[in-house]
This record gives sequence, C-alpha cells and structure tokens, in this order.
Amino acid sequence: MRSPAARIGMLLLALMLTALLGRSVWQLSMLEPASDLPRQLQDKLAASGVEHPVTAVLLNFRSYDTLLEIAVLVIAAMAGISMARTRSLEDPELRTSDTLLRALLRWLVPLMLLLAGYLLWAGADRPGGAFQAGAMLAATGVLMRLTGLPLDFLRPGILLRIGLVLGFALFLLVGLASAIAGDVFLAYPREFVKGLILSIETLLTLSIGMILLALFVAAPVNDASEPEEGEK
Amino acid sequence: MSTPLLYALTGAVLWGIGLMGLIGLRHLLRKLLALNLIGSATFLILVGLAQHHNGPDPVPQALVLTGIVVSIAATALGVVLIRRYFHLTGRTELESEVPEAGRDEEGHSG
Amino acid sequence: MSNWLMAGLLFTPLALATVSLLLGFRQGRALSWLGMLLQLLVSVGLWWLVRHEGGFYYTLAGWDAPLGIELRVDGLVVTFLLLTTLVASGCGIHAGFYLEPDRPWQRYFWPLYWFLWAGLNTVWMGGDLFNLYVGLELITLSAVGLVALGGQAEALRAALRYLLAALLGSLAYLLGVALVYGQFGTLSLADVAGQVRVSEHALLMRPALVLMLVGLALKTALFPLHGWLPPAHGIAKSPVSALLSALVVKASFYIAARVWLEAGVAVASQWMAQLLGVLGAVAIIWGSWLALCQPRLKQVVAYSSVAQIGYLFLLFPLTFGVEASVSLHAQQGITLQVISHALAKAAMFLAAGNLILAVGSNRVEALAGVSHFLPFSLFSFGLAGVSLMGLPPSGGFAAKWMLLQASMASGQWWWIMVLAGGGLLSAAYVFRIYKASFLERDEQDHFYHPDRRLEVAAMLLALASLGVGVSGSQVLSVMAMPFEEVQ
Repeated sequence: MRSPAARIGMLLLALMLTALLGRSVWQLSMLEPASDLPRQLQDKLAASGVEHPVTAVLLNFRSYDTLLEIAVLVIAAMAGISMARTRSLEDPELRTSDTLLRALLRWLVPLMLLLAGYLLWAGADRPGGAFQAGAMLAATGVLMRLTGLPLDFLRPGILLRIGLVLGFALFLLVGLASAIAGDVFLAYPREFVKGLILSIETLLTLSIGMILLALFVAAPVNDASEPEEGEK
Repeated sequence: MSTPLLYALTGAVLWGIGLMGLIGLRHLLRKLLALNLIGSATFLILVGLAQHHNGPDPVPQALVLTGIVVSIAATALGVVLIRRYFHLTGRTELESEVPEAGRDEEGHSG
Repeated sequence: MSNWLMAGLLFTPLALATVSLLLGFRQGRALSWLGMLLQLLVSVGLWWLVRHEGGFYYTLAGWDAPLGIELRVDGLVVTFLLLTTLVASGCGIHAGFYLEPDRPWQRYFWPLYWFLWAGLNTVWMGGDLFNLYVGLELITLSAVGLVALGGQAEALRAALRYLLAALLGSLAYLLGVALVYGQFGTLSLADVAGQVRVSEHALLMRPALVLMLVGLALKTALFPLHGWLPPAHGIAKSPVSALLSALVVKASFYIAARVWLEAGVAVASQWMAQLLGVLGAVAIIWGSWLALCQPRLKQVVAYSSVAQIGYLFLLFPLTFGVEASVSLHAQQGITLQVISHALAKAAMFLAAGNLILAVGSNRVEALAGVSHFLPFSLFSFGLAGVSLMGLPPSGGFAAKWMLLQASMASGQWWWIMVLAGGGLLSAAYVFRIYKASFLERDEQDHFYHPDRRLEVAAMLLALASLGVGVSGSQVLSVMAMPFEEVQ
C-alpha cells in the first residue's frame, strides 16, 4: 500500500479536480444555449436516409467517425488475436454435456439471433443499430463458448480475419466508390442511401459480433514469445 | 437544476473518483475499471451539459456511442494484455514489490 | 483533382491495413511498398495542388461543419503529410527487413502500421475536435499493439503502462471537448476559434483548455508526465520505436498546438504559457541528463526524446502575448524542430537497431569495437546526433536558432540558457555512445552483419535531417502556402 501522505495527496488531487470541474460545469450551464445544431440536424434529417437522428449522425453526417471507430475495434481485435497463438481457440475445460443446458441453449440461441436481427432493423427509426446488434451476436457467441458448443470459425485463420474486416471493408469501399463517382469521400448517392446504410449496418453487425467474440475468446495461453532485441 | 445538469455534475464527481482509483489502485484490472469510470464520467458530462442547453440533442448522443465503442475496444485490448502479462509473469501489478535484479528501473513510474 | 487526392489519402492507408491483414508478412510487405509509393504520390500531388490553388476545406460525406466533419488542408498540413510519408516509409522499409518474417504474429505488423498511418493522416487534417479524439485513439491503440506485438513480459508491461497513460490523456482531452461543446455548441475547431473572439464569456473556456492541454501533454510525454515513454519506446522493436518517437508523440502535440494557436491564445493566461514552457525546459535538462545515465542504448535514445519533446513546449510561452511576427517566428522554429527531430530520431532509432543487431546486446558497453565494423550505421547515428545537439548545418540548428531569436525578440531571455544547456547535454550523451563504440576490447570481435538495406534506411533519414537545416527556408515555404478562406 502507498504511504499515507501519498494517499492524502491523491485524495486532494481528486477533490480539487471534482470541485473545479463541477464549478466549470455549473458556470457553463448558466450560459445561454449556443447551439443550433439540433435544429440543423432536424432540417437535414430527411435527406439522411434514416429516420432516427442518432443513426443519421452516426452513419451519415459523421460517418467518418464511425468508420474510424470500426477501425479502432479491428485494431483491438488484431492485437487480441496476435496474442492467441494456439491452434484451436476452443477451451476443452469448458465443454459440457449437460442436457438441460443444451436444451435451454436450443431455445436461447435462436431467440438471441432473432433479437440481434431486430436490433439491427430497429436502428433505422428507433434506438438500435449495428453495434447493439453486434454486441448481441457476440453475447450469443459467448454463451455458446461458455457452454462448450464448438465455434470452428473462430480459429485464428483466414476466415476469422476476413470476418473481422468484412464490415469495415464494405464501409471503406462505399467511401471510395462515392469519391470515384465524383462526389466527396463517404457521400452516399441520394437514391441508394437507405440501401447502402442498411447493407453497411448488416455487415458491420457481423464483423462487430466476431470482433467482440474474438476478443473474448483470445485466450493468451501459449509459450511462444519474441525475445527482446539483443537478447537472443 | 435540470436532470441533465445533475448528470453532468455527477460526471464531475465520477471523474474525481476514477482518477483517484487510477492513480491509487495497483491491480491492473482495477486501474482499467477506473479508466472506464472516467470514460463514463466524460460521457455523462458530454451529454448532460449539451442536453441541459438544447433539450434532446442527438449529436452528443451519437458521439457518446462512438466513444463507448472506442472505450470498449481499448478496454478489451487492455484486458487481453493484462491476461497475457499475468500468464507470463504471474503478476497483476505494474510495479514489482521488490526491485528486480538486473533491471534498470528509472525510479519514477507513470 | 483534389477529390481524387483526398480520396487517395484517406483510402490508401485504411485499405492497405484491411488487405494486409488477409496476407502474410511477406506479401503484406510487397503490398506496403506499393502503398508507400501511393502515399508519396498523393502527398506530393497535394503539395502541388495547394501551391497552385491554395489550401481548402474538404467536407467529408458532403455535410458542412458543424453538422458534418471538415478536414482542413493547408500548407502546414501538407508539410506534415510529406514528413509522415518520408519518415513512415523509412521506418516501414527498415521494418520490412528488420523483423523476422516467419514469426506467426508478424503478419499483424503491416495492418497495425497502416492503421497507425491512417490515424496520423486523420490528425494532421482534422478540423473537428471529436474526430481528432477518434484519430488519437486510432493512433494509440495501433501503437500499443505494435509495442506489445509478440512481446515478452517486459514489453507487455511497457505496453500496458503506455495504454493506461494514453487513455487517461485521451479522456482528459475528450472532457475538454465536452466542455467546449457545452459552451459553444460546436465541435469544429474553426467555429470555436471564431466564437472565442466574439463571445463575452470566452474566459469560461479556460478549464476546457487546461484539460485538453494536460491530456495532450500526457500523451506527448511532457515532464513530469513522461514516465510511460522510455519503457515503451525502449522496448519496442527499433523501427516501431522510430515510428513512435518520430511521429506518434507529435500527433498529440500537433493537436495541442492547433487548439492553442486557434483558440487558446485568446483565453489563456501568462502563467499557463510560462508553466508549459518551464515544464518543457525541465524536460530538456532532466531528459538529457537521464539519457546520459542510461546503461542501455535504446533507453538513451528514448530519454533523448523526452528532452527533445521539451523544446516543443517552448511554443506556448513564445506565442503568448507577443507580437504577431515573433509568434510566427516561434511557430516556424517549432515546426522545424518537429520536422528535424522526427527525421533525426527516426534515423537514430533505426541506426541503434542496426547496432544492437550487430553486437547482439542492448547495453552501451557492448558497443566496444563496433566502430570498425559498422561505421556506416554509427555515422548515421552521429549525423542524427548533430541535429539533436543543434549544430549547424542541421535542421536542429535552424530550429533552435529561430527559437533563440523569438526568445530574444519577446524579451524572454531565460529560454536561451535552456536552449544552450540542452544542446551541451545532448552532445554529451551522443559522444558517450561514440566513446563506447571506439573503445577496443579484445574478447569481442564477432559481429553479426545486418542487411545493407537496413543501414541505408537509417542513413537516408539522417541525411534528410541535415537537409532540413540546409534548405530550411524551402521547408518553411511549404508551411506558408496560401489558404483560401472560402468554403
């Protein structure tokens, strides 16, 4: 444990930060509202291809953020699977033959997949969307893994890697295609906007599900490792 | 005082708690959790302050969704690193209790 | 024309990251040569375009700021894009022959490398505060992944420390952005800059500014927040260390500088500017001193980065409350410092990697006798050292000379002592390496000979860092290219 002086110092630091932050928030809350962004958003919502404003911001107005956010996810997944150097990602200790559990899963898994599909579809006009659906897919996978159902596609091979980048690749290609077609990067053509957003979301759902699942499964149990430079 | 403002002020308190946890705790998973707390505190302030002014504002909501995904990615990467670190060394802390022989520690630690 | 160039700039690194993930290390390497060439063509094309038609805003997805995200392309951005192409290509070429291609985890090197590059491009062009946050995280996570790639316990420990520090820095920055959005209701940096000038409550932005600067200073490893840098940069593979020291820490500094110059100067106070300068000054002295004391070669170079980063923070006092011409002079000096340090430090890390490869040890004493054997790499190390010391005709000299003039013109003579002292200390740690390598020891005469291409990559970057000094005014003329304020 740390020395009492250091702990008091930390406490003071945290209290000071909270007080200053609280004061700043309070002062800012007294100001006149400065933003007409919500109004601008309402005006342009019809042109965005989706009815739900948050989805419109994520996949149209600020789609570049979302593209990079998926890139961040892919990076984490890569770094994760680069650590798992075992040939099979299945954990034999988790395999179960419990019939009751199996029977339950037989009901749960399809229901969860259905829910994932619903969340994806709902994203167009109410809360939902690719990430939520992908998280649901991943949760299904986690459940399957914890109960020992085989998940062959999660071996660190080419299939897994394709799955990880599928959604990102489509997103990127749409961005490029719109630029080549003469408009700016990521500007969807008006007439296809709804279909494009839906197909990007669908593939993103699959990829996000795989990324999260791969990160969960990436079990770093192996003994291969790189020696430090100059210490071979 | 409006509800969103209360969220924002809560965020200020959570930042303090999270910062203290991040600096004060030694277990790596706890440090990571403290960072997540700080992340949530930031998101509360981002949404709370904006909605106090504007009413429902989809822009910060979308920003927070992006931020959450980024923080999930970072957390997951952190957990994978911590697990592998634990597997290789059996340790859950960055600093060792006794100075390792043969290593050149710099005396100060981040 | 601009449309194609921008699409190429945004698309190429991300596409290469995606495709190289599906390939092995060797195919990824072949593809990466192509990618580097493309990036070179695109950034030179952009330079040509901006020179003839002036800078411009590029509205992504066709939505204007503040609703959409705008990228800003001006002379400074083109300078940084060209610098990134040069340094990242040098490091990439070195990595292509330095890393062992048959290790199974090396296939993840190229995707991480290209994602890192994509993040850097995003940050240089970013005009949206939140988009900059995402770009920073892209850089952080790929950098952490590169440090940890295939590493043992010590590398993981460094990567974890780096990750925790960098995430805290990003979140502090994001908190600042949240307060800015709460105050001005916009995320576009240009909008914020405009509002700061007219708003009567502009001073309320101070806490947000402090949070952003502190967070970014943590990510840039400003003293005393530098604890994470030497372990991470010291333990990563040499080409990765070179990328991290040369470019990654500059990204967060670049954002801090942009926020400061566009909005910060109007709301900051003298003590904030001086405090940042003093911390930079302490970093110069303390970092150089620690570099002198390190027993391991790459730790010497890593601590030298801590010191060289200190110079960058002299930007803040030298641009606050001074005449516009002095401020411009200081900005040009800092830009030259960023460029010459990026080139010199990349060269130095690459050369250090070659030396370590040759003698088979990371310790400074182990270098004894290597001067006969690897004069070429040692010479690159020395050339880079000349720039770090700030001797003429290097880029480091030109940068420090301009900072010196800015200090005198603004009456802040105390920075001059720091500039001189830092130069002497850097000379000391570079000569220490030289002394060790010229010592003769009988027991060691078997050296491994690294690939000639590894030595060439280091040498080219070292020569470029000298070239920046010789042609400083041409380099600065890129930065001063005109910008059309029409959208």
